[in-house]
Amino acid sequence: MDYFVQQLINGLNIGAIYALIALGYTMVYGILRLINFAHGDVYMVGAFVGLGLTKLLGYTTSIPGYNADTQGHSLWGGLTLVLIGSMVGAALVGMAIERFAYRPVRKYSRMTTLITAIGVSLLIEYLFVAQLGSAQRSFPSLVKNEAFNLFGDVRISMPQIIIFVISILLMILLQWIIYKTKIGTAMRAVSFNLNSAKLMGINTDVVIAFTFALGSALAAAGGVLTAQYNPSIDPLMGIITGLKAFVAAVLGGIGNIPGAVLGGLVIGVAETMVVAYGSDIGLASSYRDAVAFTILILVLLLRPSGLLGSTVQEKV
Amino acid sequence: MRRTLIALGLVAVMFLGLSCERRGAGTGGGGEPIKVGVYLDLSGQTSSFGQSTKNGIEMARDEINKAGGINGRPVELIIEDEQGEPGKVTTVVTKLLRQDQVHALLGEVASTNSLAAAPKAQEAKIPMITPSSTNPKDTRVGDYIFRVCFIDPFQGEVMAKFAANSLKAKRAAILADFNSDYSKGLTQFFKQSFTKLGGTIVDEKTYTQSDRDFSSQLTAIRSTNPDVIYIPGYYGQVGVIAKQARQQGITVPLLGGDGWDAPQLWDLGGEAMNNSYISNHYSIDDPKPEIQKFVTDYKARYGGVAPDALAALGYDAMRVLADALQRAGGTDSAKLRDAIAQTKNFPGVTGTITMNAERNVDKPAAVLELKPAARQFGYKETIYPDNMTPPTTAGASPAASPAASPAATASPAAATQ
Repeated sequence: MDYFVQQLINGLNIGAIYALIALGYTMVYGILRLINFAHGDVYMVGAFVGLGLTKLLGYTTSIPGYNADTQGHSLWGGLTLVLIGSMVGAALVGMAIERFAYRPVRKYSRMTTLITAIGVSLLIEYLFVAQLGSAQRSFPSLVKNEAFNLFGDVRISMPQIIIFVISILLMILLQWIIYKTKIGTAMRAVSFNLNSAKLMGINTDVVIAFTFALGSALAAAGGVLTAQYNPSIDPLMGIITGLKAFVAAVLGGIGNIPGAVLGGLVIGVAETMVVAYGSDIGLASSYRDAVAFTILILVLLLRPSGLLGSTVQEKV
Repeated sequence: MRRTLIALGLVAVMFLGLSCERRGAGTGGGGEPIKVGVYLDLSGQTSSFGQSTKNGIEMARDEINKAGGINGRPVELIIEDEQGEPGKVTTVVTKLLRQDQVHALLGEVASTNSLAAAPKAQEAKIPMITPSSTNPKDTRVGDYIFRVCFIDPFQGEVMAKFAANSLKAKRAAILADFNSDYSKGLTQFFKQSFTKLGGTIVDEKTYTQSDRDFSSQLTAIRSTNPDVIYIPGYYGQVGVIAKQARQQGITVPLLGGDGWDAPQLWDLGGEAMNNSYISNHYSIDDPKPEIQKFVTDYKARYGGVAPDALAALGYDAMRVLADALQRAGGTDSAKLRDAIAQTKNFPGVTGTITMNAERNVDKPAAVLELKPAARQFGYKETIYPDNMTPPTTAGASPAASPAASPAATASPAAATQ
C-alpha cells in the first residue's frame, strides 16, 4: 500500500506538470482550432529564462550547502521572482510567436498553420542548440532539498510539494480569469465563434494574443517547477514532454480546460504505474513513453472527443 | 513570411554570445602533413566527453609536432562535431574519409557512436582507434578497428568485485540506460560477475536519455531493499538520478562506470553524489611519474582543469597512432593497420598498452570514490583483469599504492583474488 501511494505521488507530480502544459495546448485549440506544436518549446524557453534569472539573482551554482539567504535573497522570494519572471518572459515569447508566425497565416488553411507551428517548434529548438549546445545544464535549487515522511514509508520532497501547491494555485487562477474577468468572457466568446465575437465588438487579436500569453506563462511555470525537481534542463527537453502534454490535452478532450488537467494527471499516473508494476506483467520500464502514445491511439479510436470533451461543451 | 523571418531573427539576437570554436591544425616538420580525422560530440548531450578527448588529442598532436613530427611529417587534425547522434556520426565520418581523405580516424567516446563509424572505416580500410569506447562490439566490426581502453566485460566485473568484496554487498539493483550499448554491456557483465560472486540482483529497471523523471524507477528499487545500486549510465542522467534517489531516502552506495567522469556531474548531482563509486581508466592521484607529468602539463595547458580519463585516453590514442605511423614508415593503410596491431608495451598514461588479438587492450581499472564537496574523484583501489598478474610488490606498482591516497582499502592482490 505504501508503495502504491508513493508511486501515486510520483505520478501525480509528473501529471501536474503535463497538466500545466496541456492547458496551453487546449486553450489555443479552443480559440483557433490550431495545435500549437511550438508550445512544448515555450516550456523549454521558460525553464531557460528561469535559469537566466537565477544567475542574475546570484544563484550561481547548485553546490551543496549553498545558502541563498546569505546572498541577500530569501529562498522563497527567489522562487517567486524566478517563477514570475520566467512566466512573463515566456508570455512575451508566446505572444511573439503568435504575432509573427501564426497571425500572418491565420487566413490560410488549417494545414498551413499546422506546418508553420512545426516549423516554429524546430526553429526554437535548434536556435537554442546552436547557441547553447544541447548539453544538459544544471538548474539551481531554489527551495530546500528536504523530504518529509507522510506516513509509513511514504515520503514527499519539498520540490514535489511546491509542484502540487503552485500548479493548483495557477489552475484556480486560470479558472478565475476565464469565468470572472472581462477578458475571460471574451475568450469564451471567441472560442464559440470567432467571427461573431468580432461582430460583437470584441478585439479578437487581443484576445488571441492574451490566450497565447496565458498558455505560455503556465508552460513556463511548469518548466521552472520541473527544474526544481529534475535539476537538469536542455534545449530539447520540450519535445517529449510537450508531446505527452498534447496527448493529455487530447485525452481530456482538446479545447476543454478541466479535461486538460484530468488528462495530464491520467498520463502522469499511467506512465508511472508502468514503471511501478510493468515488470510484474513483463513490461520493461522503458515502455513508459509508449503508454502515453498508446493511450492517444485508444482515445482517438474509442472516444475521439476525449474524456470530458463533447460537442456541446463550451470550448475555451 | 519575411516579417516572420525578421521577427525570428530578432529572437536570434537575444542569444548573442557563445560561439563555436573551430579546428586548429598545428604544423611542425616540413613534409606533407599526415591527416588524422577526429569525430567527437562537442556540443551534444555527452559533449564533456568530446571536449576532454579533443583536449587530450590536441595536446598529444602539439607534443608530436614540436618533436619534429612523424618521420618529418607533421600531424594535422581534422576535427568534426557530430553532436553525439549516431546518424550524424555516419555523415561526418563519410566526409572525413571521402572528402578529406584522412589517413587514420580517432573517435568516439560513446560505444553507440563508435559502432556507427566503424563499418565506414572498415569499408574504406582506414585504421580507426577509439580512445574510450568500451563495448566489445566496437572492435569486432573488423580488423581496422582498434581501441586503447579496457572493455565492458572487465569494467562490469570490476564493479561487481568491488561491490561484493570491498563493500560486502549481497543485494544489488540495476538502473540502466535502455538505448545505450555501453549501458547494456555493463549491465550484462555486472550481473554475470555479481551473481558468480554469490550476490543477488534484486531489481533491474531502465530509463531512456529523454526521461526527465526517475522517481518511479527509484521508488520501485527502494522497495526491494538493495545494498548497492548499479547505474551504468552517462553523467547527464546520473546526476539527476542520484539527487532523486537521495530525496527518496535511498542512502546506499551508488555505483557506476567511466560514463560518470565529467565535471557536470558535480553540478547536477551535488552532495547527492556522496557515497558513490565508479570504475575508471586511471586516477589522477596516481604518483607514477608519467601520469603526474601528464596531469601537470594538461593543467598548465588548459587553465588548471584536471584531465579526466577521457582526456588521458584521447592523449594515449593519438600517441599510439603516432607510434604506429612511425613504425609503419608512412601512411600506407595496410602497413599502418599492421603497425597498430603490433603495438606492444607502449607506455600510456592510462597504463601499458599492448594490442591483443581482438584489437583490444588489457589494462587494470581504478575504482574511484566520488567527493562532491571537493568536486573530485578519490582513489580507492586497483583491480586487475584475470589474465593479468598484478605486480606483487607494492613498490613495483605505484598505481596500486598511491601514498597520496589514504582511502585505499584493499591491496590489488586481494582485490583480484
